[in-house]
Amino acid sequence: MTDPTVAASYLKLSGVHKAFGAFTALKSIDLDIRQGEFVCFLGPSGCGKTTLLRIIAGLETPTAGRVEQGGRDITTAPPAERDYGIVFQSYALFPNLTVADNVAYGLVNRRTPRDDVQRRVTELLKLVGLPGSEKKFPGQLSGGQQQRIALARALATSPGLLLLDEPLSALDALERVRLRQEIRALQQKVGVTTIMVTHDQEEALSVADRIVVMNHGVIEQVGDAISVYREPATPFVADFVGKVNVLPGRIATGELSVGTFRLRNDATARAADGEVKVYLRPEDVLARPTRGGAPSFATDDPNVFDAEIEKIEFLGSFCHVHVRSDAFAPNRLTVYLSLNFLTEQALSVGSMLRLKLLPERLRVF
Amino acid sequence: MTAVTSPGGEAGAAAPAATRLVQRVHWSDRVAHVWLVAIALLLLAFLAAPLAAILMQAFEGKDREFVGLSNFIAYARTPALLSSLWNSVWVSMAVTAITIPVAFVFAYGLTRSCMPWKPLFRGISLIPLLAPSLLSAISLIYWFGNQGIAKGFMQALGIQQIYGAPGIVLAECFAVFPHALMILITALSLADARLYEAAAAMGTSRVRKFFTITLPGAKYGLLSAALVTFTLVMTDFGIPKVIGGNFNVLATDVFKLVIGQQDFAKGSVVALLLLLPAVFTFAVDHYVSRRQTAMLTARAVPYKALPSKGFDRIMLLCCSVIALLMLAMLGMAIFASFASFWPYNLTPSLRHYVLGLVDGEVGEGFINSLKMAGGSALFGTLLVFFGAYLLDKTKGAPLLRGPVKMLAMLPMAVPGLVLGLGYIFFFNAPGNPLHGLYQTTALLTLCTIIHFYTTGHLTAVTALKSLDSEFEAVSASLKVPWFRTFWRVTLPICTPAMVDIARYFFVNAMTTISAVVFLYSPETKVASIAILNLDEAGEIGAAAAMAVMIAAISAVATGVFMLLARWVDRRTQAWRGPR
Repeated sequence: MTDPTVAASYLKLSGVHKAFGAFTALKSIDLDIRQGEFVCFLGPSGCGKTTLLRIIAGLETPTAGRVEQGGRDITTAPPAERDYGIVFQSYALFPNLTVADNVAYGLVNRRTPRDDVQRRVTELLKLVGLPGSEKKFPGQLSGGQQQRIALARALATSPGLLLLDEPLSALDALERVRLRQEIRALQQKVGVTTIMVTHDQEEALSVADRIVVMNHGVIEQVGDAISVYREPATPFVADFVGKVNVLPGRIATGELSVGTFRLRNDATARAADGEVKVYLRPEDVLARPTRGGAPSFATDDPNVFDAEIEKIEFLGSFCHVHVRSDAFAPNRLTVYLSLNFLTEQALSVGSMLRLKLLPERLRVF
Repeated sequence: MTAVTSPGGEAGAAAPAATRLVQRVHWSDRVAHVWLVAIALLLLAFLAAPLAAILMQAFEGKDREFVGLSNFIAYARTPALLSSLWNSVWVSMAVTAITIPVAFVFAYGLTRSCMPWKPLFRGISLIPLLAPSLLSAISLIYWFGNQGIAKGFMQALGIQQIYGAPGIVLAECFAVFPHALMILITALSLADARLYEAAAAMGTSRVRKFFTITLPGAKYGLLSAALVTFTLVMTDFGIPKVIGGNFNVLATDVFKLVIGQQDFAKGSVVALLLLLPAVFTFAVDHYVSRRQTAMLTARAVPYKALPSKGFDRIMLLCCSVIALLMLAMLGMAIFASFASFWPYNLTPSLRHYVLGLVDGEVGEGFINSLKMAGGSALFGTLLVFFGAYLLDKTKGAPLLRGPVKMLAMLPMAVPGLVLGLGYIFFFNAPGNPLHGLYQTTALLTLCTIIHFYTTGHLTAVTALKSLDSEFEAVSASLKVPWFRTFWRVTLPICTPAMVDIARYFFVNAMTTISAVVFLYSPETKVASIAILNLDEAGEIGAAAAMAVMIAAISAVATGVFMLLARWVDRRTQAWRGPR
């Protein structure tokens, strides 16, 4: 990971606070975003992520705090005096202007020569993968195409910062997956510092350099996709990003007891004594069949236990399998098993499984 | 990890509300503020100040000294005036009691049945809007007046003469019908089909559905229609003037007190009385419209009437009777206007038209009317639309926005008669620097624009609200000032709404009497006022002819505006794609 003193911060938020009347939308937000970074603000609706984006855009003014972009204090600068392009959830394309006029909207005002404008429009439309659509009206394009035009319009003036406010939420599932990769590729090609607001954790995990997980107006965690997923800093992050089993546990003199298991590691050693919650990802439990010829886990392994399948939730290539085990009774566990595994082993409700915990993956709060 | 986060840490202490951050104002927003101030000043000078002038008159004596409530007390001690108050109230109630059920049946037929010729019925129901309200009064005189062809029929019903209360009630029913109808149609079309399907699934009878779903659903519309009807009748001037005879009402009292007796103090007391029901209606309507929209959620399924032979026939019959009555009203005016010498020689001639246009100098009046209507349509539309845009789409100046919004809504609560009276008091005051405007066509036009401001404003706001609210934010991010986006995007998208507003201004300016009756001079007299004068002079045939001409011009203008709308649609709405 890079040393923050080496990579200069391009956008710097310090102590940003926003209150709407009695409601506090943001509580002292501190954040540094580096040049060329793709950052996602991730959180449930009402967590303050859009408000934060609008403060960066100058569409809201913070109650307190400071916003700096490229070393310039822009806390109270009106939007027109800032340097960014923005794509809204609704795209806000001008419906009565052609695609070319939409993309050129910000260029024309800067007294750019007409030929240059035209060249830039052609170039941008090629960049977003819609060459030749200059003469069309936004209404004649699909949602995904409109989205790309909005992107081209936002990038036309080569802004230093690209803001995306839930740009994919109005699209259907397939289009979303395709477009988010396109946005990522485009961002890397152009190299523009980008902030995307989203409530879709999968979207954030798949495109962002860093994810800012927010809840109730505070930042819960900032980190890259792997660290947010594998090392959630708070129970909220563990719960919101990915699926997780929550089990009651207990720490006594540096040892964690959860179900029939006793674990001791650096994390448990540091934890204070008392009741805790243990977070365990479904994929952090490995499975083998109990019968049949396939080699199984050694029974003397302290992390191995047997369980019975209670319910199978079919989700395609993977299934959520709800299991019951004496080791964790009365709590149930959810594990991920591939469909192939289930069919090959002829597993169904009532079948027995041998499972193995990956103790280093347990998170204790 | 490179992030610096401190949720709720010591940085929280750095967030005291001591120095509130305020965004710097961009120069382009300053431009918007200047325009907003200009519109605020205009509304202050031509709406708030005249109303304040009435209020002051009501509390001042002959030498402009403050006299407290003594004008009101003097009014209450004048029995003749009190009887007018009572007359106004009961006549308005009678008209409301007749019009609302009739309009409800008509609206019910239009929205809830599958009867044929619905567009035709709708068109016929709008006829009264095309002519000054007094057209119906003139027509009634030909039907039931001293020389009316159905006088015997009326007397057989026990009504001795049409002049007075019976004439006013009948004529007003005709004149206010479209106003009540439009509200009721809106209320009845806001129905959720799922409720009816659920009721049908439980085997509910048609009658029970009507009383348990339809009527409760339309109750706000009914209330609003009743109040609007009551207020319109209370404040209408043309009809009681023409057919009222010796039957005095508040509206004619104001005119007599101010123009006849120059008793400004008592006149303004009466004006304030007229203001009361209008303000009350406005307040209730404001409250009700919120409830009405809340009733219909986004998930509601619009109701679609299913054919039902018997029911459709009954509705067709009812609507046909109502439509025929309306046609009879217009038809008689047209017929009589062409009759050579009523009732002795009914051969068609243009005598009344010549008499009115040439001898009655109404020709000049028509030119003035067209000037005023054209001016209102052009400048009124621009003012109203630009004002609504500034209020809705620009930012900053929060202290200015509230008052300007209120001023934009206020005209709906001010009867034309009251507004006109305020204009006399305010602009005729010798010390007023705007005194030069008094009795000019410019002031007549301004008065008309203000009089009909609110409906235009609401149309504009509805059109603007349907636009993406982020257009302005996107423009700012692209460093494009708002006025450029207004010109390139907002205005072209909203031209259909603007044509609609222009048509509304034009037709109302052609037919209005109440506001301008106080403000004209012989040179600036408009056609609708000229008709009133012809009637006063006993030239009722010419009056009928001129009223028919106004209706014809309004109808043609409506047609022209519709063509214009279609042309504008083709020019500016190509992006909507084929529809």
